[in-house]
Amino acid sequence: MQTIKMKNNTYLTEGYSIVGPLEGKGPLKDYFDYILKDDTLKEKTFEKAERKLLENIVAGAIDKSGLKTTDIQFFFGGDLLNQIVSSSYTARELEIPFIGLYSACATMAESIALAAIFVDNGLCENALAATCTHFSSAERQYRFPLELGNQRAPTTQWTITGGGASVVSKLKSNVKIVAVTFGKVLDFGIIDVNNMGAAMAPAACDTIREHLKNMGRTTSDYDFIATGDLGKLGCEILFDLLEQNEIVLGKNYQDCGCMMYNKKQRTFMGGSGAGCSASVFNGYILNKLKKGEFKRVLLVSTGALMSTTTNQQGDTIPAIAHAVEFEYVGNQISANNLKAAQNPAQNAKFSQNKSAKSKAKHNTRK
Amino acid sequence: MDKQKRNENYNIYVESKVPKTKAWPSLFKAFLTGGIICVIGQGFFDLYSYLFPNLAESEVTTCMLMSIIFLTCLLTGFGIYDVIGAWGGAGSVIPITGFSNSISSPAIEFKKEGIIYGICVKMFTIAGPVIVCGVVGSIICGIVGLFI
Repeated sequence: MQTIKMKNNTYLTEGYSIVGPLEGKGPLKDYFDYILKDDTLKEKTFEKAERKLLENIVAGAIDKSGLKTTDIQFFFGGDLLNQIVSSSYTARELEIPFIGLYSACATMAESIALAAIFVDNGLCENALAATCTHFSSAERQYRFPLELGNQRAPTTQWTITGGGASVVSKLKSNVKIVAVTFGKVLDFGIIDVNNMGAAMAPAACDTIREHLKNMGRTTSDYDFIATGDLGKLGCEILFDLLEQNEIVLGKNYQDCGCMMYNKKQRTFMGGSGAGCSASVFNGYILNKLKKGEFKRVLLVSTGALMSTTTNQQGDTIPAIAHAVEFEYVGNQISANNLKAAQNPAQNAKFSQNKSAKSKAKHNTRK
Repeated sequence: MDKQKRNENYNIYVESKVPKTKAWPSLFKAFLTGGIICVIGQGFFDLYSYLFPNLAESEVTTCMLMSIIFLTCLLTGFGIYDVIGAWGGAGSVIPITGFSNSISSPAIEFKKEGIIYGICVKMFTIAGPVIVCGVVGSIICGIVGLFI
């Protein structure tokens, strides 16, 4: 079966998100853990900046969860750059066993799903899932030089600068991972790379349908259903496609890409990129889940799996969508509190260190 | 329903959903931008004709072109020309300024990969096809012209 249900209480302990300056001016600005003031992060190239961004995200997530790097047994991650260099180079610094993944913009859901399966089956205690993207490095790889004075097609999306990391763990927290669904690769014959929402919508539709069917639920059972980065047009198409399958999406549905920017920011169809669902999930959605404002959430990250080469050779765009279902499980002791309860003195010391460290880190970022 | 049929239907459906660029506002913006660039060019032309009355007209033209090419490179470097291009569309692409921008922008972008593999290799990624087509076109025209 496409859907794998968690049997042994697997929790999403903590999440951390960083976004760039433009995203930091969008509607979700209050939910992100940190907003960059300078998107180069004082690095010489944008590829190096993306790498540093991911390193900061990962460090932030581990810090926030109250764990140490050595407590994490596996690191699942990927990004959009060729040969997923940002993740691999981050893993080089971390020295945690690394499982590199690529599902384009669906990488966040894929890495959380795999981390959850590892933890749930007792293969490890704590696992880390992280991904990020950088607008400027993605533009360089997929499109045109930044300073080229060209016009964008109205269906294009804006690769976000930012990303997120989640710590999946056995340690009790109030957000539980219930089930994951891995998607099929679907290709409905879209060729236009400037219209990836249309290419990805059928994959999202298929994964949502399979997930609901296998879980025996309807869309109204969820407080929030989020797709990764379909954009405005992709959302409209998804509504129509699901309607053909007799599934009705209500007001509880939103697309992370559409939530990222406001209208004035001229990002056309909205945000995209692996970091899009990563930052919106770890920033906004997880925040709401932890507070209990959302009781049950379905995250469906969507990815278009083409490359510039296949596109130039006239191939159509295959797409994939992975889904993860989360549930709020009430006021259980969070990982931080649990540690504090076990060893109050040590924890106080640690949190002092931690705040000093993170302050120092933020200062260097400035 | 077989896949090909499904894909054809889906493409037709998507095509009907895709928002279209409005023609008249785009045309107006392009006209305005292109017009202003031409006025600036003419301004340089008149200035050089006035300052250096001994120069031939073709030489003044060359000086004018050099000036606006330089100006575009400068604006590209300062990150202004891409804003003009995003607003003005074809108005800023078609004049020689667009050509200048299409060479200077990859040069800036790929400087990080070094002078040989970065600047020299990537400089003509966008302007390359224009140059090739231009040269091939002029060869064909030249051969045709030879027999007329």
